[in-house]
Amino acid sequence: MNTESHAVDPKLLEILVCPLTKGPLEYDRESQELISRKAGLAYPIRDGIPIMLADEARELSGSTNTEN
Amino acid sequence: MCHKKSMTETMTVFNRAAVRRHRDRAAPLLGDHDFLFAEVADRLADRLDDITREFPLSLDLGCRTGGLGGVLGGRGAVKTLIQADLSLAMAGRARGNDRPALVADEETLPFGTATFDAVLSNLSLHWVNDLPGALIQIRHALKPDGLFLASVFGGDTLKELRACLYDAEIAIEGGLSPRFSPLIDVRDMGNLLQRAGFALPVVDAEQITVSYDNPLKLMHDLRNMGEANANKDRRPGFSRRATLLKACELYLEKFAGPDGRIPATFDILTVTAWAPDPSQQKPMQPGSAQSSLAEALGTDEIPGGEKAGSD
Repeated sequence: MNTESHAVDPKLLEILVCPLTKGPLEYDRESQELISRKAGLAYPIRDGIPIMLADEARELSGSTNTEN
Repeated sequence: MCHKKSMTETMTVFNRAAVRRHRDRAAPLLGDHDFLFAEVADRLADRLDDITREFPLSLDLGCRTGGLGGVLGGRGAVKTLIQADLSLAMAGRARGNDRPALVADEETLPFGTATFDAVLSNLSLHWVNDLPGALIQIRHALKPDGLFLASVFGGDTLKELRACLYDAEIAIEGGLSPRFSPLIDVRDMGNLLQRAGFALPVVDAEQITVSYDNPLKLMHDLRNMGEANANKDRRPGFSRRATLLKACELYLEKFAGPDGRIPATFDILTVTAWAPDPSQQKPMQPGSAQSSLAEALGTDEIPGGEKAGSD
């Protein structure tokens, strides 16, 4: 598999925020996820395409949702 | 229904999961059915050319397979185009060299404030439930003096098909179900832009009439464009065959030309609006004028409180 073409574009990492909280995201290269601590959600990246939809995101286990 | 509730909750008309499904399904075939999107993308690119400015970082909202990016690619005003679509299949096809793509929902944009120099959108905002909300988010995502340039379907879009389906449904099924996206007219769009906080909004309309072999071919094309009915309250399952056949019959009867072909009208609104910036032209403050209007017109000024023409 050509990993180069499946890497997420750095420009996207610069500008994306959590669609629910508009808060910052952490890029987890290992799991290919963008993590919103505030929303307690991990947004998947598939073939270099971030999927910024809450209903496609994984809920972070053990996180307390501090969104207020 | 409780009045207060209806005032505070956003009306949900569309099934967004269905919009997504329709786009996912249409993505592999879109190349054969995208002439309307391609034509309007060309026109949008021309509009962008007319604005002699650069928009280094821009967003294509509802990019489908990246047609607009393809057209803009050779023109230079946009250096980096971020492409967003609700469908992963569409975004996957749009993604290319120097043209990153993501999946995003127009109703909850994943961008911070003052990110883009321009937000572009080609015929993609008509399946959004909360258009005022989406417009506000677009404005927030724009830098000050950033450009929002979009084409949207106007109220006369598919007026022929709409009329025939309504008549057919009443004749065959004795009632109506929502089949089309409620569309917007020029004035409403202008008002919405203003309420969303945009400066200098301009909306104009043009019609594109496409000729089809027959009504079934038109309906087939719409589905393959990813534009099948996504109304939340649509009747479940497929439309009744008898209703569709009746609609086709009415379409041919009322609209077919001498050559037997049928016209389909697409009403295209083009929107330009700007994120506010102090450098923009503005109306002056009331009372700030230095000379009176009466003087300029060479008439007598009637003091406030008295009505013209009263004794």
